[in-house]
Amino acid sequence: MASLLSVSHVHAAYKAGGREIKAVEDVSLELAEGEVLGLAGESGCGKSTLAAVLALAARPPLYVKEGRMTLEGQPYDLRKNKNLPRELRGQLISVLPQGALNSLNPTAKVKDFAFTVLRAHRPNIKRSEADDLARERLEKLGLPGRVLENYPHQLSGGMKQRVVTVISTLLNPKVLIADEPTSALDVSSQRSVVALLEQLLEEKVISSIVFIAHDIPLLRNITDRIAIMYAGKMVELADTETIVNNPQHPYTKALISSILVPEPYVRQKRIEGIAGSPPDLRNPPKGCRFHPRCQQVMETCKEKEPPRFGDTRQFSACWLKEEVRA
Amino acid sequence: MSQLLEVSDLNRHFGSGKYQVSAVKDVSFKLNPGEIVAVVGESGSGKSTLARIVLRLLAPSSGNISFMGQDVASLSTTDYWRQVQAVFQDPYAAFNQFYSVKQVLQKALGLKKLNTQERRERMENSLNAVGLAPATVLGKYPHQLSGGQRQRVMMARALMLRPKLLIADEPTSALDASLRVSILNLLKDIRQEYGMSILFITHDIGQAYYLCDRMLVMYQGEMVEQGSVEEIVRQSQHPYTQRLLADVPKLH
Repeated sequence: MASLLSVSHVHAAYKAGGREIKAVEDVSLELAEGEVLGLAGESGCGKSTLAAVLALAARPPLYVKEGRMTLEGQPYDLRKNKNLPRELRGQLISVLPQGALNSLNPTAKVKDFAFTVLRAHRPNIKRSEADDLARERLEKLGLPGRVLENYPHQLSGGMKQRVVTVISTLLNPKVLIADEPTSALDVSSQRSVVALLEQLLEEKVISSIVFIAHDIPLLRNITDRIAIMYAGKMVELADTETIVNNPQHPYTKALISSILVPEPYVRQKRIEGIAGSPPDLRNPPKGCRFHPRCQQVMETCKEKEPPRFGDTRQFSACWLKEEVRA
Repeated sequence: MSQLLEVSDLNRHFGSGKYQVSAVKDVSFKLNPGEIVAVVGESGSGKSTLARIVLRLLAPSSGNISFMGQDVASLSTTDYWRQVQAVFQDPYAAFNQFYSVKQVLQKALGLKKLNTQERRERMENSLNAVGLAPATVLGKYPHQLSGGQRQRVMMARALMLRPKLLIADEPTSALDASLRVSILNLLKDIRQEYGMSILFITHDIGQAYYLCDRMLVMYQGEMVEQGSVEEIVRQSQHPYTQRLLADVPKLH
């Protein structure tokens, strides 16, 4: 598979009041044409920060300290956020934010929103053209065109999220960064949003998705690979099947085993969460960042940071892998 | 066994005329002492309205609720809340920003007549029960606590009063999966220890399945199905329940 988007050695931090909080450290990833990559982890693990960096939306107090991006063979320096060409945003990379509620203007109709988005990229577009384009796209995806005349409060949560999805892909971006698009929705609306994303891929409106969620069963249904993040680092990356059925990193294992699904094994035993809480990123622990909570902690883990064992497409950053190899 | 709570033909509508919306329609159910029962349904199915009515934060349009054989309308809310407590969805909204944990707990204890010594013991015991160290937490303000810690404080607050019934309205939906399990385990342990009943409101069938004995399924204000959790997950009768189950993403 040809690589569509790749980023390497991304370091990003929030700077405020003379302090620095390193939210993402040394993350590299590759996204192939047609691939859906999941990004999972607990609150505060840096997944949304990484999404902001990937979406070229890093704004103060968030700074990209290091990192290069290659998009369709073209290299970009992520540190120079301001100098990145405008057509990247929205046309090549588009964002689907978490709360559709907050991304729609409550005093404007949906069609006004579509018009604003289109006009930002095509200054000469006429209102009627924008309306037609949006209506055509909605209808192609099986959504009613009448929503264009609606105000946001007239739509249900699931419909709002779907409308925002359609509008954020109006310009046929190559990559869609979906940052927890379904976490505020109930399971039935979640399913409809996921179905819409699948349809967008099928119709070749978009070619790849980076799907951020903390809900692994949801990711299982749509992603090809899943990256697990912990305290700003990517600790494991593997295809979805491996992450779910044969996770390598102790953190991934703990995360997978704390999932509650209506399957018989869930009721048969007591399921334990992960003891403790994620570290304070102003002062992360030495060595492996997961070691204070890890069940399989060894002496090395407390001292030295584990490298990635594996390659860029599949790895686990844990000293246990070295033991196995030796 | 006599019922702890019996709800019969409960109705609640909002608005009037052509704008009238029925949020809860002819809902009846019973709750036994020491039982954990889930109310599941999608957004807007009326499950939170039902919880608010049972908590007496909202008056029903019609219908009866009896608690330990007594019509709740004849009890004062203060008396009722000594027995029935709640934990809500959003641990960020449930706190007064200017109250320390100690103040929050003190205020809740005002419902019971206790001396200073007893008050302190209750406070410390319940904080210990939810896995928080009283010495470190009592002086803290909400912004100094994480989401999981806040939810635990809310639970400690409810527990201190040793209620017969706890109404938990989506207590875990704002939390991470790993924390979620520990909160649910906590509820399980509390039931074991105090014999408390829990009405657990959720849209997540996975959580209901893990924690609860029985499940009540709501759809558009109506209770469309009730039964043991195993029965419903294995062979649900109502088409809505089947659809809801089909929508739950599978792991394996």
